[in-house]
Amino acid sequence: MEEKVITCRNLTKQFGNFYAVNNISFDVYRGEIFGFLGANGAGKTTAMRILCGLSFPSSGEASVAGFDVYRQQELIKQHIGYMSQKFSLYENLTVLENIEFFGGAYGISRKEINKRSEELVRKLGLQREAKKLVGELPLGWKQKLAFSVAIFHQPKIVFLDEPTGGVDPVTRRQFWDMIYEAAAAGITIFVTTHYMDEAEYCNRVTIMVDGKIEALDSPANLKKQFAANTVEDVFYKLARGAKRENSG
Amino acid sequence: MNRLTFLLRKEFRQIFRDKIIIIMMFAMPTVQLIILPLAMDFDVKSVNLSVVDHDHSTYSQQLITKIASSGYFKMVGAEASYRDALTYIEKGKTDLILEIPAGFERNLVREGAQKIGISADAINGTKAAIGGNYLNTVIASFNAGLGINVTANLTSPPASIIDITWSNWFNPLAEYKYYVVPGVLVLLLTMIGGFLSALNIVKEKETGTIEQINVTPIKKWQFIAGKLIPFWIMGMIVFTLGLLVCRIVYGITPEGSIPLLYLFAAIYLIALLGFGLLISTYSNSQIQAMFTAFFFMMIFMLMSGLFTPVESMPLWARSIANLVPITHFIKVVRMIVLKGSGFSDVQPELLYIIGFAIILNGWAIWNYRKTS
Repeated sequence: MEEKVITCRNLTKQFGNFYAVNNISFDVYRGEIFGFLGANGAGKTTAMRILCGLSFPSSGEASVAGFDVYRQQELIKQHIGYMSQKFSLYENLTVLENIEFFGGAYGISRKEINKRSEELVRKLGLQREAKKLVGELPLGWKQKLAFSVAIFHQPKIVFLDEPTGGVDPVTRRQFWDMIYEAAAAGITIFVTTHYMDEAEYCNRVTIMVDGKIEALDSPANLKKQFAANTVEDVFYKLARGAKRENSG
Repeated sequence: MNRLTFLLRKEFRQIFRDKIIIIMMFAMPTVQLIILPLAMDFDVKSVNLSVVDHDHSTYSQQLITKIASSGYFKMVGAEASYRDALTYIEKGKTDLILEIPAGFERNLVREGAQKIGISADAINGTKAAIGGNYLNTVIASFNAGLGINVTANLTSPPASIIDITWSNWFNPLAEYKYYVVPGVLVLLLTMIGGFLSALNIVKEKETGTIEQINVTPIKKWQFIAGKLIPFWIMGMIVFTLGLLVCRIVYGITPEGSIPLLYLFAAIYLIALLGFGLLISTYSNSQIQAMFTAFFFMMIFMLMSGLFTPVESMPLWARSIANLVPITHFIKVVRMIVLKGSGFSDVQPELLYIIGFAIILNGWAIWNYRKTS
């Protein structure tokens, strides 16, 4: 039996009368690429923030890497990586300084940081930019760097919140190569996106509409179930029923 | 502990990368400490005075010469009539008018008494009041001189007059700079420390980097300490710089123990930075933090006893003043620098400041939420 790294039972997050996340349940298995699809405002980011220990759920249960989201957030944080929607490396620090800081934040030794950051810079082809300020890099490189920093401490799971927003198609392709590589190395990938072609790259896909999970299966099975040619068609069939304003 | 060193490295790198902030941090206290006390000098010198002399006698000339040579007045006019002199006041050219009536000398000699008129432009109340006082003092002394002359001619003993003399302790010449310079130093330290720390965490909120911090296992106290320590070190450097300016420019050297002064500065800075960080944890944008910090800074400045003695405030204002950390620090700095007070004298203030440091920082750590 495959190992569950995330379990989620009836998870709900309520802001006043508004259910941002409404009673969702699912499991994520080790090493899989788990896609979280939904329109803007469907509740993807809120659900992800709860699983990352950034936000308290209102009710329901969830555990990440074996730790409880109510009481053991700091333990969860040691075992996950996170890349937020908004670019959040320090723009006024260099590539190497950013890597060093976040490596240190996860308690990696200085020696190990030096070794791994050298490898990383070489792998990303950023040797010449290593001592440049991150703010001066083009967006595509920033995103690749942010992803590399998020998995620098070799977490069990990495959460990616719309990691390829605003990135050109070539870079997006390269980005997904990096995701595959990380998954092959045993890191579970939890990724939100609203690019439907990216959904096809995932092992399993969840489609959220108005805070609820409307579908959860592999892309192939979803297409079969909804008699659609692409995941995009599946999404349209489900999203058409959305009541929330599709904006923001 | 290791995580803290990574945090500190990062903070220092960011501080030193911003050249303008660094320059401001050190230029501001140096330049302002040189300029501000000059502007805050409450000693009134060169009061503009117009004289209307209707008597043109020896005595009136003597009185005018005495006033002119006192050093406090600038004679700006000698008018023939009071009305002419009044136009000077209207135009703001003179602060005081001294009117010597006709028959001044005659009445003094014959009757031993004579009234003279002083009119003051009270728009600048301080200058008018203090100038008027000076003038009274000079005239009184002129009067006393007359008295000796007159009584010398009489057989009766001179009337016993209670003459009060006083000495100024700890600031013998009652020079304003000794009072104001240490206060300005404290004020500058407060502004620099308060604003920089108030803006810091909120900047990470604005750029979104705080989210990346919140998702790491960095502990809350480590994060706050990582913010506090670099500013604390910068603050101590600023304080040292300020003391050097006091010494070199104003010739003020602390009468009391310098280590005691530093102990206070160290704890005061922790309290103040905690306050800044607290504002930072409550604000969502740098504008909010700036306004909030400014709101409190104004209160701090005006309630602290920097400009006016706390003792003369009404009771409610005094209780607010006591809740302001800077009040205690200004008091202590003046005590140590001017009076040479020792540890036991400043102990109550020390307890106050330690209390502030614990409460403000504890509050900041408590209010900083990694999970919301």
